[in-house]
Parts: sequence; C-alpha cells; structure tokens
Amino acid sequence: MLMTLAVPSAIVCAYSLLSRGAYGGVERPWTLENFRLLADPMYLRIFFRSLWMAAAAAVLCIGLAFPLALFIARSGRRKNLYLSLVILPFWTSFLIRIYAWMFLLRDTGLINTVLRAAGLIRQPLPLLYNDGAVLLGLVYGFLPFAVLPLYATLERLDPTLLEAAADLGAKPLEALFRVTVPLCAPGIRAAAILIFVPCLGTYLASDLLGGSKTILIGNVIQNQFTAARDWPFGAALSVVLMMIALALMWAARRQGEELV
Amino acid sequence: MKRGLAVYAIAVYAFLHLPLLILAIFSFNASKFTLWEGFSLHWYRAALADPELVESALNSLMIAASATALATTIGTLAAYALWKRSSTWLAGSLYLSLVTPEIVTGVSLLAFFQWAFRFLHWKLGMHTVILAHVAFSVAYVVVVVMARLRTFDPALEEAALDLGADEFGAFRRVTLPYLGPAVAAAAMLAFTVSIDDYVITSLVAGIDSQTLPMTIYAMARRGVNPMLNAISTMVAVVLGAMVLISERLRSS
Repeated sequence: MLMTLAVPSAIVCAYSLLSRGAYGGVERPWTLENFRLLADPMYLRIFFRSLWMAAAAAVLCIGLAFPLALFIARSGRRKNLYLSLVILPFWTSFLIRIYAWMFLLRDTGLINTVLRAAGLIRQPLPLLYNDGAVLLGLVYGFLPFAVLPLYATLERLDPTLLEAAADLGAKPLEALFRVTVPLCAPGIRAAAILIFVPCLGTYLASDLLGGSKTILIGNVIQNQFTAARDWPFGAALSVVLMMIALALMWAARRQGEELV
Repeated sequence: MKRGLAVYAIAVYAFLHLPLLILAIFSFNASKFTLWEGFSLHWYRAALADPELVESALNSLMIAASATALATTIGTLAAYALWKRSSTWLAGSLYLSLVTPEIVTGVSLLAFFQWAFRFLHWKLGMHTVILAHVAFSVAYVVVVVMARLRTFDPALEEAALDLGADEFGAFRRVTLPYLGPAVAAAAMLAFTVSIDDYVITSLVAGIDSQTLPMTIYAMARRGVNPMLNAISTMVAVVLGAMVLISERLRSS
C-alpha cells in the first residue's frame, strides 16, 4: 500500500522540482521555476476560481442536505429506506450523472424543449456550458457526501436536549438554530472536507458541463500531463492540491474527527 | 415544521432521482431528438452492435475483474495487519488516498509508471490500468473489512491457536470465514469503483486499453446521443444491482 500510494506521491513531488523534457517527461536541472509559474495571474485566477467553486459546492450541499438529514433522522423506522434513496443515485457513475444533466440542460435538451413547447421562451436558454452548470453538477454529485455525515451526527443527538430547550421557552425554529445546528458542527465540518477536497480537483464536471469557458485547476493539471506535456508544472499544481487536502485533513484530525 | 420537512425531502429526492430517471426513459425513445415519438429498443440494439462500445465494455470487465481480485486480497490482508498491529503510516496513507482528488491520484500514478518504465521496458496499457485500479480501490476494501474486524472477538483466534492451529490456519479457518460477507461486499465495491472510473484510467491507459467510461466520455464530449442514454441505463442497472447485493452481504 505504501508502494502504491506514497511512492507515486513522492515522485510527483520530485517531478515538480525538475525541468520540462523536450518530448514530455522530465529532465534535470532541479528548479523552483514551476512553483514560480504558479504565481502567474492567469493561474492564480484559475486557482481562486477552483477554490471558490469548491467552497460554493460545499456550502450549497450542506445547506441543501441539512433539512433532509433532519427529516431522515426523525423518520423512525423508515430511516434506512430514506438513506438508501439518498445513496442510490450515487452508485451510478459520476460520468453518467453528469451526462444526465447535459441531456437536460443543452439547447435542445428537455428543459428547453418543454419551455419552448409551452411557449414560454423563443430562444433556448443558455443553461449548459457556464459556471452555474458546473456548480449544479458538483452539488448533484456530492450531495450524499453531505447528507451522510450530517445524518450521523443528528442521529446521535440526544432528544432530551431539544425538550429542555422547549421547556426553557424556545420555539422549534429557535431550538433548531441554537441547539441542533451548533451541536452538528462536527458533521458539518466532516461534510465540508469530504466535498471541498474532491471538488477542488474536479475535472469531469467542469470539462463536460463547463465547456471551454470554465477551466478549473483539475483541467489544467490534466492538460499539463496530456496535451501540453509540461509534466513538472502539472506536478507542481498537483503538489499544491495535495498540500491543501493534507492541511484540511490535519485540521480535521486535530478536531478529533473520524472522516471515514 | 414536520410537514414542511417532508415536502422538502420529496423535492430533494426528485432532484436526485429525476435526471437519471428521465435519462432512462428517453433511452426507449424512438426519435433521435428530445421529443417522445414512441417506445423502441432501437438504441439498445445500436449500442450492442457498436464494436467500439462492446470492445471497451469487455476491456472494462477484464480490468475490473483482475483489479478486484488483487485489491480484495491485498486490502483484506492490509486490514488484518492493521487490526493486529496499528500503524499510523498505513492508516494515514489510507485516509490520504480516500481524500486525494482523483486527478492528483491519476497523475501521481502516471508519473510513477513513467519512472518505473526506465527500469522495466513496459508501455502504458492494460496492466498499468489494472495496477492503477488496484491502487485506488484497496483503500475502500480496507475500510469495509476493517469495519467487520472491529466486531471480531480476538479470543476466537486465540482459541484456535490453543487448539493447535498455526497462525495461518487460524486466520484461514476462523478469521476469514467470519470476514466472508465483508470481503465479498468489499470486492463488489472495488468492482464498482473500478468499472466506473474515468479520470484515473484515462491518464494511465494505453492504446489497447480503452475502457467503457472512456468511450462514454468521448461520446458525451461529442454531444448528446440517444445511444448513450441506452448505455448509461444498462450500466446503471447493472451497477445498482451489484450494490444492492453487496449491501445485502454486508448487513447479513
């Protein structure tokens, strides 16, 4: 296992410090040039955009998932059924789920066709190939990652705490925001990391739903390793992504949380 | 509030399920366009007759089967080792592999293979895809098997040793049968993540190892095609069935 995981990571770290070979691959001398290239405004913009997208996806997923997790946690014997319903679409490949949205959103897709048939619009709405479509794809793909940890914490929540809040005069909504939500902080943090990290490196969603306009860091890495053949620079980008993932994991562990 | 939550839940379930359901419904559409023109199995026939699709599906099955066998063996042994003697390094690299963005795992493996090719005269192809799949699915196997091991009473193994079994015998005849359902579930999970993967596979694949997700991706890039709806539906049904079986095994 160390072989399959640690060694490749070490090689990527080494590659990020080497120069670009004439036909792809890497050559000496050792250099920090690749990391300097990262400071280029163009790449910084892409980086910030990726951070922003991943953060937005995490916030939206958690916001959407919270009431659902609450519903499942309070639904007694049907809990397992409702949970499986959340997980079920998750087991279809991400690629297919992205394609399903392409099918709905494109100019001659179902939504535009129906709206046009209903006479509501004349020109198709530009639903596909923009930031919104990518965000939608990410939220759709990662929603279960928010529901599960939130449900796990809500499930363990002591119901007497809510009764106590009610006895002390809190209205249900007040109790929700002042008791339930704060107590869910560990679940919210776990969900945030589980969504933020993979979204940061997302490649498929931005590639298929974003078209050529929405380029995120994952697409740049893929491009450096394939078409552009600048492996050292792609490796430098990967190292930065890995560092962010590690930092977040480390922060989560300090909070004493199990992510898996 | 209760009713509000229920309505909300229905809306979210619709959001989760409708896109796939619609995709499946339109795979039976006779027309090439997004207008319903009657029921037909035309796109299924077309998909099954497409040589590129069939070949890549066979490749996918081959790769998933080999990767599953290897990953399940390695993962089960790793979980057992971790249970016997905890190792921060091993556990840490496990967590890491579960949270590393796919694209990073993919390029790391690609870089690793290229580096290893200096010593071995290999090329990217089936075997690199299989190795890559083993690398990323092992973590899932360990997590599933580990969960089962937490409920295993070590006294059972000690009893076997007292009764004269050697260590390997005790593992094979006492521990392994106990782990059976979890190992089977883990294998199913490894199979599904392997057969699903696009990002990592596309980076480490050679010309002879185009997989089904790669074909699907190439078709999706070219635009919407009803044949894709048919393939997606078939894949979703097969994977869904496998996951259901795996869940049954895990809970039994």
